[in-house]
Amino acid sequence: MSLVFAGVCSHAPGITSRAHLADPEVKDAVHNAMKRLGEQLRAARPDAVIVVAAEHFANFFMNNMPSFAIGMADAYEGPIEDPAWLGIARREIPGDAALSLRLVTEVMQTVDVAYAEEWKFDHGIMVPLHFLTPDFTTKIIPVNINCQGPPLAPLHRAWSFGEALRRACDKAPERIAIIGTGGISHWPATPDSGKVNAAWDRAFMARWARNDKAAMLSYTDAETYADGGQGGFEIRTFIAVAAAARGQGRVQFCEPVPIFAVSCTTATMEVI
Amino acid sequence: MSLYAMQKFFFHLNREPKVQQRYREDRASLLAEYALDDEERDAIDRGDIGKLYVLGCNGQLLMHFAPLLGLSWPEYLQAMRDGVQQHGPVRRGIYAMTTGVDDKVAGL
Repeated sequence: MSLVFAGVCSHAPGITSRAHLADPEVKDAVHNAMKRLGEQLRAARPDAVIVVAAEHFANFFMNNMPSFAIGMADAYEGPIEDPAWLGIARREIPGDAALSLRLVTEVMQTVDVAYAEEWKFDHGIMVPLHFLTPDFTTKIIPVNINCQGPPLAPLHRAWSFGEALRRACDKAPERIAIIGTGGISHWPATPDSGKVNAAWDRAFMARWARNDKAAMLSYTDAETYADGGQGGFEIRTFIAVAAAARGQGRVQFCEPVPIFAVSCTTATMEVI
Repeated sequence: MSLYAMQKFFFHLNREPKVQQRYREDRASLLAEYALDDEERDAIDRGDIGKLYVLGCNGQLLMHFAPLLGLSWPEYLQAMRDGVQQHGPVRRGIYAMTTGVDDKVAGL
């Protein structure tokens, strides 16, 4: 088949772990936006969902850090965090090793990509899945772009990776959805946690929604760090999804929520 | 100074239940396996989040350590602010604190 759905969303652990500390109306608005994205995703009837996430030293460390990695197992486990802390029970999540093998084989025609036959999901994947595929029975293909430990992959390489994922999806008979998780501006897990640059977020999401490749790729890491914090490096996941979908995006929700430490965001993009 | 070794320890601690068990029951011999300096070993041994932040530990690694110590999120954030107040700015790693030690940017 091909790519049947594309979207992006936030994955901040606070969305679930600190739900009880948020204003109930704000919490409900964020959770409902995430659930709506899930309804749209499931309406596309995907056989598998590629989750392009930024992971956080759950599987990959600086002894051997791939810029791009794809999971290649029939089952994964998560969350790696304390389930009580994250607010999401630990469980097994189904994968599809055979599909992963075909995707990896095609992607590596143009992009050097690592593959992993084991993978523990952290909040970067578990928080989105908690809302998007809440029964956790949908097959997931985990994908990571290193947004964590510099040197980071240049943005144009994240774009090329998204293009390669799309080409691989087009060659697969399955119906495949793609979700990018991460960003936009945030200073996670530090005393600055809660700081958000909403103007920078809106500007980036406008570029993303126009699928303006040149504008999206024009950020330097230094600018991103200064304006969007270390969490801003995760725009790579959104950029990869834009490259894969090729269409125009629609931002459904983008509101700064300091207690969740990010501008909570959901958006879809037309697949063309 | 061995920021890499310190972060590698937390990578193992976060991932592996057996390492978490050894942290509770066999801490000295566990920490001896890592090339830590005395300041780092002491901060880990005492669960000193503030000092570990100042020493440059990545927050995505440190964030896991707080619930292991029984710290709530507000306590975790406050511990880092207290660390900066007590020990000065972050010395290494990717972070520079950009808010004041009295700021409550998350509202906590």
